[in-house]
Amino acid sequence: MTSAPITPAVELIQVSKTFGAFRAVRTVAFSIQPGEFFSMLGPSGCGKTTTLRLIAGFEQPDEDGGEVRINGTVVNGRRPYDRNLGMVFQSYALFPHLTVERNIAFGLEQRKVPRAEIGPRVAEAMKMVRLDAATYAQRVPGQLSGGQRQRVALARALVCRPPILLLDEPLGALDLKLRKEMQIELKQLNRQLGITFIYVTHDQEEALTMSDRIAVMDNARVAQLGSPAQIYEQPRTAFVARFIGESNFIDGVVEGVEGDWATLRHANGSTFRVPRRDTLTVGAAGQIAIRPERLHLQPGAPAAHENALSAVVESLIYRGEMLHVRVALPGGGVLTVASRNEGQLRNPYPLSPGTPVQAVWPVADSCVLEAE
Amino acid sequence: MTALRRRFFAWLGRRPGSAGTALIAPGGVYLGFFFLVPLLLMLGYSLMPRGTYGGAELGFTTEHYVRFMDGLYLEILGRTLGYSLLATVFCLLLGFPVAWVIANATKWRNFLVFLVVLPFWTSFLVRTFAMIFMMRDSGLINSLLIGLGLIEEPISMLYTPFAVVVGLVYGFLPFMVLPIYTSLEKLDPALLEAAEVLGARPLARFVRVVLPLAAPGMAAGCLLVFIPSLGSFLTSDLLGGAKQMMIGNLVQNQFMAARNWPFGSAASFIMMAVVLLAVVVWLRVRDDAPGAAR
Repeated sequence: MTSAPITPAVELIQVSKTFGAFRAVRTVAFSIQPGEFFSMLGPSGCGKTTTLRLIAGFEQPDEDGGEVRINGTVVNGRRPYDRNLGMVFQSYALFPHLTVERNIAFGLEQRKVPRAEIGPRVAEAMKMVRLDAATYAQRVPGQLSGGQRQRVALARALVCRPPILLLDEPLGALDLKLRKEMQIELKQLNRQLGITFIYVTHDQEEALTMSDRIAVMDNARVAQLGSPAQIYEQPRTAFVARFIGESNFIDGVVEGVEGDWATLRHANGSTFRVPRRDTLTVGAAGQIAIRPERLHLQPGAPAAHENALSAVVESLIYRGEMLHVRVALPGGGVLTVASRNEGQLRNPYPLSPGTPVQAVWPVADSCVLEAE
Repeated sequence: MTALRRRFFAWLGRRPGSAGTALIAPGGVYLGFFFLVPLLLMLGYSLMPRGTYGGAELGFTTEHYVRFMDGLYLEILGRTLGYSLLATVFCLLLGFPVAWVIANATKWRNFLVFLVVLPFWTSFLVRTFAMIFMMRDSGLINSLLIGLGLIEEPISMLYTPFAVVVGLVYGFLPFMVLPIYTSLEKLDPALLEAAEVLGARPLARFVRVVLPLAAPGMAAGCLLVFIPSLGSFLTSDLLGGAKQMMIGNLVQNQFMAARNWPFGSAASFIMMAVVLLAVVVWLRVRDDAPGAAR
């Protein structure tokens, strides 16, 4: 049984944007499914905000800079007021001269919604973002806290029932606790309303928590596109592995290839096996990334399905729920090994600095990186 | 010296609110002496009989105020209000676009502000004389229009209401541009983007976002143009001649030529009452405007 192809909510086809000599976005391509929570994640200057602004219509692609499609229609050249989108800005951009109620009603008024309908819809939107109308409807933005402004901005965007909501680092100005609360609420709103969320952030944890898919951006391009688990567990490049979570990088030279595996030799002479890739030919250099929590330390030899590098415990870093053990590899290099904290006061970590150990990881967890 | 300073600040710190008092004191004393005292003197003069050889004689009379209610003087008052209002409106219409352009010019912003302020480097008197050379029958404007063949005979501009209003607008335009520029400069561009995403076209963005947020600057600019226009006498004297007398000229005449200080004082106070009324009404309007919400 084949299902009818669904028109993507937003589709970018080889989109490029140049400001003067600066190439902000280079041949970015992806399509976002209706109802999806899609994040663009990357360091500042990576092009994520420009990409969002290209979707919003504040920027237009270069002359030969590809196509932006919304709901199947090419929207190149169309102004934002013609795109029927919702948007939440980093600074919230609430109108300081209007009350909360009038801020939220703004989009409805512009869309010529009948007067009688506006009041109930504003009330409904305030309820949706859990803002008490009796308390806040008549206040102006200057009388609200950051979290409340955030909710007003959200209500103002959602009240028009846009099929797509763009969010430009909307939680950046909130404190950690509020940010976590809002993350969950945003995700719930996305599910409840069935609206496509396109979310820009530089906070990897935020992206992992909320997104259905993440586009990791670097240097004006999409470095990797995938589900949070794919991005985290199978980073394609060293940039992605480094930007999302922590990673250990191990370099080696391919010594042999057999079946599904390739064998690499580390600079200190020991060998380890990794899943086979086309790029891994005998004599070629290879690099793998391993998350600290995939590594463990043990005194003896590894099992058959495991790799091991001999190392010496260097230091312990106390992180609360986790302990990070830094071990030095003979011949240079340091690995970080995460270990669950079993309670340092009653049950201290058994390996003290200077202890020789084997850093061990399952062969299948070696994530072979592509050159950037 | 430092000990003295420390003791001074210790004294300030001990008395809540005394820091404010201390900071206000020098300016307050100055204004009290050179503004309030002369004002009271003039109020006194305006209620005293006229002296034979200038000045005033002891006594009490309201005759000067009664005299002002005469048609001639009310006409001068009305003309003054009319010219000032016109000048304010034209300054607003001309000044807003200028302020908008300056606020949106990223690279040339400071230079443009400098250009707006530049005329202040020259005496107002000299600049007003320059306007005469522009507007007289054989002036630059008429020569140009005749030279281009657009008109046969020179247009008489000088000594008309037109010349006075042009002169006032020219003189006070920077006072309109600067406050509006200040309020437009503070306008967060994200607000316009937010409005645009919410469906607002350019005109709607201007009316619903830019205007309300520029309102305080516009209000300040209007006051800064309207009030000095009311009191101006140089412009109407040089560009308007005797027929376009404004209340400033009347006051000047009474004090200088007619040597009737009490009547001059009364005229000044009536003017001041009108200004105060205008300001109060203006502030009311402004505070009720949506842009005033804070």
